[in-house]
Amino acid sequence: MTDAALPRRQPIALRFPSVMIFLAILALFTVGVTILSEGFGIGVISTSFIKTLGKTLCLCLVALAMDLVWGYCGILSLGHMAFFGLGGYAIGMWLMYARTEIIVLESLSAAPLPPTPTEVSDGIASQIFGVVGASEFPPVWAFAHSLPLQLLAVVLVPGLLALVFGWLAFRSRVTGVYLSILTQAMTLALSLHLFQNDSGLRGNNGLSGLQNIPGLSDTPQSTVSIWFFWASAVALGLGYLLCAWVVSGKFGSVIRAIRDDEARVRFLGYPVEAFKLAIFTLTAVIAGIAGALYYPQAGIINPAEIAPIASIYLAVWVAIGGRGRLYGAVIGAAFVSLVSTWFTGGQAPDINLGFYTINWVDWWTVLLGVSFVCVTLFAPKGIGGLVDILIDRKSPSRHGADLGPDQGALREQEAEK
Amino acid sequence: MSTLLEVSGVSVSFDGFKAINNLSFQIAERELRAVIGPNGAGKTTFMDIITGKTKPDEGRVIYGEKSVSLLKMSESKIAQAGVGRKFQRPTVFEDQSVFDNLMMALKKTRSPLAVLFFKPASEDNDKVAALAEQIGLSAALYRKSGELSHGQKQWLEIGMLLAQDPRLLLVDEPAAGMTPSEREHTTDILREAAKTRAVVVVEHDMEFVRRLNCKVTVLHEGSVLAEGSLDHVTKNQQVIEVYLGR
Repeated sequence: MTDAALPRRQPIALRFPSVMIFLAILALFTVGVTILSEGFGIGVISTSFIKTLGKTLCLCLVALAMDLVWGYCGILSLGHMAFFGLGGYAIGMWLMYARTEIIVLESLSAAPLPPTPTEVSDGIASQIFGVVGASEFPPVWAFAHSLPLQLLAVVLVPGLLALVFGWLAFRSRVTGVYLSILTQAMTLALSLHLFQNDSGLRGNNGLSGLQNIPGLSDTPQSTVSIWFFWASAVALGLGYLLCAWVVSGKFGSVIRAIRDDEARVRFLGYPVEAFKLAIFTLTAVIAGIAGALYYPQAGIINPAEIAPIASIYLAVWVAIGGRGRLYGAVIGAAFVSLVSTWFTGGQAPDINLGFYTINWVDWWTVLLGVSFVCVTLFAPKGIGGLVDILIDRKSPSRHGADLGPDQGALREQEAEK
Repeated sequence: MSTLLEVSGVSVSFDGFKAINNLSFQIAERELRAVIGPNGAGKTTFMDIITGKTKPDEGRVIYGEKSVSLLKMSESKIAQAGVGRKFQRPTVFEDQSVFDNLMMALKKTRSPLAVLFFKPASEDNDKVAALAEQIGLSAALYRKSGELSHGQKQWLEIGMLLAQDPRLLLVDEPAAGMTPSEREHTTDILREAAKTRAVVVVEHDMEFVRRLNCKVTVLHEGSVLAEGSLDHVTKNQQVIEVYLGR
């Protein structure tokens, strides 16, 4: 056997052409949208739609994280939107604090005496927490005055929660459906906690006015929206590169092996729990960053955002797009969330059946559910499978056998020959 | 030769059924040993105990010159300590190429961080190529292992075990489903491996065991019935009863 037959170490771009194609499409899309925007271009696309597109990019990023944890490592986490929400809350706290501080300082500047720090702090607190009948800062707001610290929290809070939760779950060898239920319980518990007024995060009111960036009150939203759109696009591009790097090489081999046959990986000497924990925590951090970019564009975050259903939607996006391939997750998240916006925004024409009118605002979830079932049954590769048809990539013929004994293992149709 | 693994007084029961009953077993370094026994004799459970999959109710499992107890170690730690295992059914990672399977098995640091930043050096690639040569899969190096025939998968798994470079190799029915010429090749690989490490082969097939030409341990109802050369144990009256007498 000569060396020539062994794979040469090529640059990542050549070994993974899909990465280059994806980044090129993302760049073209970003430039195109910018040219068509109100803020920087000819104004064909409204500012609110720019925000929708920017938010969609963030959803694509969290879908990437979901694909990494589920499609590649086989952990069907139904709680990743909790990390997304926590990232949003972390940045939202600073946004709200800093903006309220400006307002309070303005109103106090009329007073004959300059305000003391306590007066300022009390003013901000009563402004923010008046709505839940409190006027003091809860301990969780200790760092809300500092942007760097809250940015750190965007990464650390979801990361630490995932680390602790994952450590407890994985070391007890909780897998499959039981792990999914556990993650649902986690996100439900978190959302119920945040719904309480004394949770310190304004209960069901959540944090609002997040679209107003402190210090940029003179900059129109049409400009700010493009900035966030760019930031989201950059984050998605970097996230994609990071994920592509993680799943390539030996680490990718090991996590895919864990997905298909966990016990066997253990007998190879790999500490399976540590690998799962690493992936779970990494994806939680990515989700947190995605959330921190999403909510300033959405303008408001409340506990309903991290209700269990949100994380289930995330899994549905990845399934419809095609799990186990990074672009599949992005396509799924972008397609389903944009179509969802169209249907629930009242733009889709109602269908009059004579005896009953199908109103898409109500029937969209039914349609989504049916498509999910159909994709799972008839097209397990999802939309990403269309790429396989284009480049003539075939599935192996295994007479219906999965590629491994574990629940998350790749199915026959999902694999490539 | 010094003892590599010592199992003494081990018992394990599942819901009252004693799968292993006060079993004692020793193997020296660089020893080839065949373990035979009728169905339900506890052969697989015996391997499960050594590799940490099953924790026994009582007894000791001592390994290596430092005499560490394997009972308190996790499966991955035991594997890292140098115990490799081949399962009854070939279990390779079917969605990955022969190359990836072997590369994953290659003896390297197993921590997530080390794996993340791992880049195969040219000698690693050479090692994988040499292993593929040894198990007759050079031509299939970049094929997905799911496409391989049953016998090829068995070999790939043996190749992965060799790549792990274990000090103790536990092999569960390596020749199952192989053609006669494949069996011969497998015998050669195992005897070759036993020159540098201890190998325990669990097998049903007497012909295969005869070709291994090594000391044989007969298990029955969870304990050792007889031990010695194949001719010696097949003359043992109890062994004859167990195998033929029912």
